[in-house]
Amino acid sequence: MEIPYTIEARPDTGLYNAKVGIWLFLASEVMLFGALFSTYILLRVGAPEGYWPHGWLNIPVGTVNTLVLITSSITTVMAWASCKMNQFGRFKFFHACTLCLALTFVGIKSYEYHDKFIHYEITLKNGKIADGHLVSKSADQVVIKGHYVEDRKELFDLRSGSAPHGHEEITIPRAQIATMDNYGPWHSTYLAIYFTLTGLHALHVIGGAIVIGFLWGPGSKLWKTDPERFTNRIEISGLFWHFVDLVWIFLFPVLYLL
Amino acid sequence: MSDHSADHFSQHIRRYLFVFYALLFGTLLTVGASYIPFGDRAVNIAVALFIAVCKASLVACYFMHLISERKMIYFIMAFTAFFFTGLMFLTLWCTGDQPFHTITH
Repeated sequence: MEIPYTIEARPDTGLYNAKVGIWLFLASEVMLFGALFSTYILLRVGAPEGYWPHGWLNIPVGTVNTLVLITSSITTVMAWASCKMNQFGRFKFFHACTLCLALTFVGIKSYEYHDKFIHYEITLKNGKIADGHLVSKSADQVVIKGHYVEDRKELFDLRSGSAPHGHEEITIPRAQIATMDNYGPWHSTYLAIYFTLTGLHALHVIGGAIVIGFLWGPGSKLWKTDPERFTNRIEISGLFWHFVDLVWIFLFPVLYLL
Repeated sequence: MSDHSADHFSQHIRRYLFVFYALLFGTLLTVGASYIPFGDRAVNIAVALFIAVCKASLVACYFMHLISERKMIYFIMAFTAFFFTGLMFLTLWCTGDQPFHTITH
């Protein structure tokens, strides 16, 4: 059975069906991310003064990842324009670039996650706090590269002039440790919402990359038999990809800079 | 695709490239502005969100072609914008319920 309106516009909507479908899907995505953004706002304004982290994320790394995603948006739209201009070779090139950039984004994000998972806040029995990246740990001791603080509040605003510095190697006997937590989602409200928002976004990037990879590889056979339908598929996947970029445009300043 | 001439699309491509450069500039501007001490962090937040809205508008209007879409898409987006705005305002209105001594920006 032939699927109707894959190329020609439906008389009542003026659009081919997939386009209406993707916009309805994107509308639901706006509400999904909107709900999480509103959660972020509530958590942030509800945090006690001075206890909302600032400067916990690596801004240069986040900036590079933003530029990577923006570049992937232009390569996506260029891939679609190449199809429209009947230049399949150029389409292949631009879509391969998009795929590489998507994987780069996920790779950089994984590096950032890893950095958080090896970052530890260790409260000692004498009340002092050691904060830094794990070097090694054994049954007897933990070695981190970081610094000591007297009050946990000193760890919250790392972009202020009074933020603790120093990255010397600190050896802490296990017997002196009261609690030891890494900077995973369980560490604080900020990291919980950070991992939720960026994790969901990363899943969208991975999902989009799978679709783009399919259309670049086995799915591109459709170009030979039905180029207009194939071009429409590229447009639909592109719309999703631009939405993913659009979400990141808000996530980056909200989580990294403010 | 005989009805889509290369000339027609080369104009589009120039526009896409312009948007791309604007997005790159906007990103660097956002990062730069976050280092400017405006005195009140609320101003930093307002500036960053204003730039983000401008960048998002460029992506939506030009990369997603929302600037020249059919009525049906505008209809869907108008509903979405209504409910999204409602969601954000509900969140902002209920910040009055936050306990005393919590941050308000």
